[in-house]
Amino acid sequence: MMEKLPVLSPEEIAEIESEASHYEQKQAASIEALKIVQKHRGWVSDESLKAAAELLEMSPAELDGVATFYNLIFRRPVGKKVVLLCDSVSCWIMGCDAIKDTLSEHLGIDYGETTADGEYTLLPVACQGACDRAPVMLVNGELETHLDADKIKQIIVRDN
Amino acid sequence: METPLTKNIGPDKTPPNLEQYQANGGYRGARNALRSMLPNEVLEVIKQSNLRGRGGAGFPTGIKWSFVPMGETARHPKYLVVNADEMEPGTFKDRLLMEKDPHQLIEGMIISAYTLEADIGYIFIRGEYIESAQRLVEAVEECRAAGLLGKHILNSRFDFDIHVHTSAGRYICGEETALLNSLEGKRAIPRAKPPFPQVSGLWGKPTVVNNVETICNIPHILAHGADWFKSLSLTEDAGTKLYGVSGRVNAPGCWELPMGITAREIIDNYAGGMQDGYKLRGFLPGGGSTNFLTEQHLDLHMDYTAIGKAGSRLGTGTMIILDDQTCPVGMVKNLEHFFAQESCGWCTPCRDGLPWVEQILDDMEHGRGEPQDIDKLMRQTRLLGPGNTFCALAPGAMGPLESALRYFREDFEAHIRGKKCPWAAQV
Repeated sequence: MMEKLPVLSPEEIAEIESEASHYEQKQAASIEALKIVQKHRGWVSDESLKAAAELLEMSPAELDGVATFYNLIFRRPVGKKVVLLCDSVSCWIMGCDAIKDTLSEHLGIDYGETTADGEYTLLPVACQGACDRAPVMLVNGELETHLDADKIKQIIVRDN
Repeated sequence: METPLTKNIGPDKTPPNLEQYQANGGYRGARNALRSMLPNEVLEVIKQSNLRGRGGAGFPTGIKWSFVPMGETARHPKYLVVNADEMEPGTFKDRLLMEKDPHQLIEGMIISAYTLEADIGYIFIRGEYIESAQRLVEAVEECRAAGLLGKHILNSRFDFDIHVHTSAGRYICGEETALLNSLEGKRAIPRAKPPFPQVSGLWGKPTVVNNVETICNIPHILAHGADWFKSLSLTEDAGTKLYGVSGRVNAPGCWELPMGITAREIIDNYAGGMQDGYKLRGFLPGGGSTNFLTEQHLDLHMDYTAIGKAGSRLGTGTMIILDDQTCPVGMVKNLEHFFAQESCGWCTPCRDGLPWVEQILDDMEHGRGEPQDIDKLMRQTRLLGPGNTFCALAPGAMGPLESALRYFREDFEAHIRGKKCPWAAQV
C-alpha cells in the first residue's frame, strides 16, 4: 500500500505551527494558516483546507466558515497576479468606476474573472486606507495610487 | 504647534529604528512609568489627561481601563489588543502611524500593558497593510533584543510580549467584540455585551481593545503629563488629532493638528481648498459611517463634543468631501454597498435591511425610483437605527443616509421625478 502523501509541505506546516504558538488555542492562527497556504499555492483547495483544519484542531467546516468570511482568502484558483481595485467612497468620488472600465477592457475580464492565460484575476476591494492618493488598487499586495488610464497600462503590461 | 504623534514622521524621513527613536526621546515615557510609577498611578494620569478613544467612538480611555480587574485575584493572562483594522471608508491615519513610526505604538503598548498588568499584546492589523505589519514585526524584534519586550522589561518585574496578528479584510473586525472572535480564529461576529471585554474578552480573560492612535498618545502623556496633553487642544477634548481630507481638494492628506481646529481651517489651510471648478456641498467629518454635515458647519470645532451636537460624529477625524459634481445619491449608494457587503450577517435587520437600502438607491440611480421610496428609506433609517441591531454597523450605515435625506432631499426627489440620475451624463 502506498503511503499517503502529506497535503501540506513541511515548510507550510512549520510556518503554521510557529503562528499557532502565539495563542492560547491553535485555532487563533486560522487566518494566518489560510494565508500561509495561499502564499505557497495561490489559493486554498478543499484538500489543503482539511489538512490545515487538522493541524489547528478545528473541523474543516469551521475553518471553511472562516475562509469564506474574509475577503482576502481565495477558495477558488486565481491568476498569478490578483488585482484588487478599491471601490469605496473616496476612490469612487475620484473616478474608480472609469478605472474599472479601463482595467476590464485592458485585461478582457470582469470582476471575479481570470485572464485566459492565468496571469490576472480582477476583484473589487473595500477601502484601502490610502484615500488621499485615490483612486488606488493593490497588485499582489503592492499599493498603486493616483490611477488613471495611462498608469494602468504602465503597471499592467499586456502583449495583446 | 506641537505635534507629538508625528514628530518622527515627514515626507523626507524614514521610519526611525530603535536607536533613532530613543535618541529622539523615545521610550522615555515607558522608563518613567516602569521605574517610578505604580500601575494605578499611570491610570490616574491617563484619566486626568482626558484622552478619548481615537477609533471613532471617543470613549474616555482611562475609564475604559478602570473596568479591568486588577491585583492578585484578577485572572491571567490578561490581554491588550490594538485595533489596527483600519477599514472605515475614507480613513487613512493609523496606516501613517504604523508605517512611519512603529516604535511609538509599541512604546504605547508597553506602558498600557504595565498599567493594566497585561501579559500579552496583539496588534490586530488588516491583511492589506503589509508594510505596516512588516515594520511592526521588525520593531517588536528590535525591542525583544534590547530587553524592552519579554521578561523583566527595563530590569523591572514586568513581563510583556507582543505578537502581530494579520487579518484578511472584513470591516466588522473593527467592532471590538467581533475583533476578539476573529482573533480567536472564528468568524468575526460581534458578541453580546455584557460581559464587557475588560472582564471577559479574549478566551474569557480580561482584555482591553484600543485603537492605534489612542495607544500612540500614551507615551507622550507619560513623558510630559496630563496638563501638557490638555494644553495641546483648542477645546475640552484633549490632545492633538490626526485629521484627514479626501475627495476633490487640491492637496488631500493627513495632518496632526490641535484637537478642535475647524473643518474650514483643515480644508482651506491644509488640504489646499477645493479644486478649481468644484464646490463643497457637504462632508462626512470622520469616515463613511458619520452623518453628513454641510457648509453651515464648516466653522465648528472638529472635536467629539461639537460635531456630536451638530448631529454627526467626529469618528476617525478623516473627512470625505462631497463636491457639487458628485451625485449625493450615488455617494450614499456607494457607502450602503460597502456596509451591505461588510455586514457579518448575524442579525436580520442588518443582513437583510442594508441590501434593501442599496437596491432602492440603485433603482433611483437608474431611473427606476418611485415616489414612495423616500419614505421607505426614512423608515429604514429608524428600523436599522440604534437599539434595533446587534452592533453599531447598521446604525453607522444609516448615518450618511439619514443626513443625506435631510440635507440633499431635493436630489433624491430629482432622481425620482426625472427618472434618471441628474449626474448620469458625467459618469
